[in-house]
Amino acid sequence: MFKNPFIKQLFGSFLDLAPILAVVLVFQVFIVRQPIPDVGNLIGGTLFVIVGLTLFVQGLEQSLFPIGEAMAYAFARKGSLFWLLTFAFCLGFGTTVAEPALIAIAQEAASIAAKADIIGQNDDAKDSYALGLRITVALSVGFAILVGVLRIIRGWPLYYLIIGGYCGVIAMTPFAPPEIIGIAYDSGGVTTSTITVPLVTALGVGLATAIKGRNPMTDGFGLIAFASLTPIVFVMAYGVLR
Amino acid sequence: MMDWISQFALVLLATCQDILPIAAIIIGFQLLVIRKPVAHPRKMLIGFIYVLLGIAFFLEGLERALFPLGKLMAAQLTTPAFLGIAPTEQHVAWQAYYWVYIFAASIGFATTLAEPSLLAVAMKAEQISGGTIRAWGLRIAVAIGVSFGLALGTYRIIIGAELYYFIIAGYIIVIIQTLFAPKQIIGLAYDIGGVTTSTVTVPLVTALGLGLASTVPGRNPLLDGFGLIAFACLLPIIAVLGYAQIAQWLSKGSLSSKP
Repeated sequence: MFKNPFIKQLFGSFLDLAPILAVVLVFQVFIVRQPIPDVGNLIGGTLFVIVGLTLFVQGLEQSLFPIGEAMAYAFARKGSLFWLLTFAFCLGFGTTVAEPALIAIAQEAASIAAKADIIGQNDDAKDSYALGLRITVALSVGFAILVGVLRIIRGWPLYYLIIGGYCGVIAMTPFAPPEIIGIAYDSGGVTTSTITVPLVTALGVGLATAIKGRNPMTDGFGLIAFASLTPIVFVMAYGVLR
Repeated sequence: MMDWISQFALVLLATCQDILPIAAIIIGFQLLVIRKPVAHPRKMLIGFIYVLLGIAFFLEGLERALFPLGKLMAAQLTTPAFLGIAPTEQHVAWQAYYWVYIFAASIGFATTLAEPSLLAVAMKAEQISGGTIRAWGLRIAVAIGVSFGLALGTYRIIIGAELYYFIIAGYIIVIIQTLFAPKQIIGLAYDIGGVTTSTVTVPLVTALGLGLASTVPGRNPLLDGFGLIAFACLLPIIAVLGYAQIAQWLSKGSLSSKP
């Protein structure tokens, strides 16, 4: 229908937002029935989100995805365990640090913490808290991808890792300060979106294809799952240590 | 207009700092380990500028639209006038907030069904299972999981229970289900939790939770506001494992018709 990939992507971003807008609109018109304050800002912001998402995905497909996938396949075939693991860690770390949803949530968490006097009220304290959260989550995703790659190479069953991760979460919760627990549990789901999933899946499937005796369909999956458990443990540790 | 532009410039600058590490990693590996020149340097550079601009626009738009929208809905659905109770009432029964649960469930259901990455995963699952698991059935199962998860999460915020009771109970259910579920589907089911929470849904749902925790009497945004995403990640795993189990039973029941 659309020849231009940019227009196609713009339409795709709109479709991403459409269900949210539809539900909110139905509720506003039929149930709440109150005037919406500041409609202009909301509409302007929605347009910003659509344009931003479009540029972001378009840019990823042009630059990061081809290079990332080529590298993932190259490393999977190269056979040097050290470089493969280093690359796996860096891939997890780099994609998570740049994740827009994580940037937004870390800022929100910092401003909530500042209001509750957990950290200082000034911008410096907020920025360093938000940055600390993001670095922690990124480290944990890097670690998870590293372990996940080891799992594919060694052929460990996936549920050992997952159940181990669950035990880590359960063991860590009693020691964590109560104000970090909610953010920690949420950070698992925040990390694994737009950038991380395609690149990490490419790495997993590439590896499972390159190694004999591994099935890309069953062994290629599972990297994301482990990468959404380790942030919970790491963020709780961050809450204990700071 | 001027302050819009100056604020946008600030966001853009911050985004540059955010993107720097991943650019450094890719260029570093390309130069030091792979040692081949980048295939299309010009296209690559333009793509990078798109990513930068995209994140800056997206974050600015979140700040102006999605965060306020989530908080506005939370505030409007919990005002005493909307609930039909006296404004001084401090102890409101959790049933009074039923529109909040319905709203959370609708958001979860609608966004999950429209999620493009879930569609891809569902098709793959149909292939792996050899047709016992249907792509549509899987999508509906995940959507029900997410909407039930969000409704349960808002219920937790309103009654102010501890988050980890719910999550740990969920983990125990997942572990028990893992023992019985068909082996090929396990990796996929675990991954589904991460796939469903997209970049657009996460900020809106977070804002809804924080908004609820700050308007419901006796709740604290710091202690009670987060946790909705955790529910939205966990419940789909249970839903998918359950669906795979049921699909297996059904196909075993009709085994006589198939070789």
